[in-house]
Amino acid sequence: MIEALLLAAAVVGGVEYQSADVKKLQADEFANPGMLWVAQGERLWNQAAASGPACASCHGDAAKSMKGVAAAYPKFDAALGRVVDLEGRIDACVRVNQKRAALVAESPERLGLSAFVAYQSRGMPITVKIDGPAKPTFDRGAALHQQRIGQMNLACTHCHDTHAGKTLLNETVSQGQPDGWPAYRLEWQSLASLQRRLRACFYGVRAEQPPFDSDDLIALELFLAHRAKGLPLSVPGVRR
Amino acid sequence: MLGRIQVPALVKKGEPFEVRVLVQHPMETGFRRDMNGKAIPMNVVDKLKVSLAGREVFSAEMGSGMSANPYLQFYAVANEAGEIVVEWSDDKGDTGRATAKVIVA
Repeated sequence: MIEALLLAAAVVGGVEYQSADVKKLQADEFANPGMLWVAQGERLWNQAAASGPACASCHGDAAKSMKGVAAAYPKFDAALGRVVDLEGRIDACVRVNQKRAALVAESPERLGLSAFVAYQSRGMPITVKIDGPAKPTFDRGAALHQQRIGQMNLACTHCHDTHAGKTLLNETVSQGQPDGWPAYRLEWQSLASLQRRLRACFYGVRAEQPPFDSDDLIALELFLAHRAKGLPLSVPGVRR
Repeated sequence: MLGRIQVPALVKKGEPFEVRVLVQHPMETGFRRDMNGKAIPMNVVDKLKVSLAGREVFSAEMGSGMSANPYLQFYAVANEAGEIVVEWSDDKGDTGRATAKVIVA
């Protein structure tokens, strides 16, 4: 049924629901504040950790080695035995190969590295695998998308499928596409991960927020990535 | 602290050109409180100076009204090639610097 809905309505990227000013800011490689995090990520990429090699020591030039990588996440990771998003994959690499402590959610380091890696796939279509070992996670995400939650008793679908393009208070409801994340959100005056954005949606419908990196958030991320199939990645996005 | 400064690839002698500056900074207003109700001290980029070939061409004193990660844009004139340097400091005393080359045609 979801597939049918998606076929009926064209997939529209998140920035299309923003004002002309915000669109211009996102397209401007210099003024886009998210580029500060990309630059920070690039610095971290080339910097050796005290207890291990730099990202660049194994992965080399990110422009080549990381091209297209972010467009395939979230992805089932055989070594970890579960589906991880890009940030989770980077975090695992930091812990296992650089032997460092886990990167704290929404820290400048974690956002910087994920934005820098995702930036290498700018303009490339999102295509995630949802079959095989990723199937249970995808199904969980698809179910969550339809599940009414919170005091408002709303599911994702009630705003982002049936009311996209309409106005909610002074905002235009988007389709909830993940193509621009991590994005710089003007309201938060910072780059933010898709997980933070999703948690804000839980807060919006007055539901309990799942913790960062929880199975629910990863499942939703995978579902959303599949729902956005073919949409070009535009990290770092800018949102109001 | 990270910052960037941008000038056109080539500028004409004696003619104004656009300079753009972006600084990564939280610009804490001093009016916010943290999760425990404790006031977060004010910390903004209070002084910012731009010099071209050693001569000051722009300066700004900013307050709590500026957004985080401030973006500034202004015009300057160059008569000879040189380095354009932006330097700033915040209330905590942290400083930052970014440079770009100005090539005069």
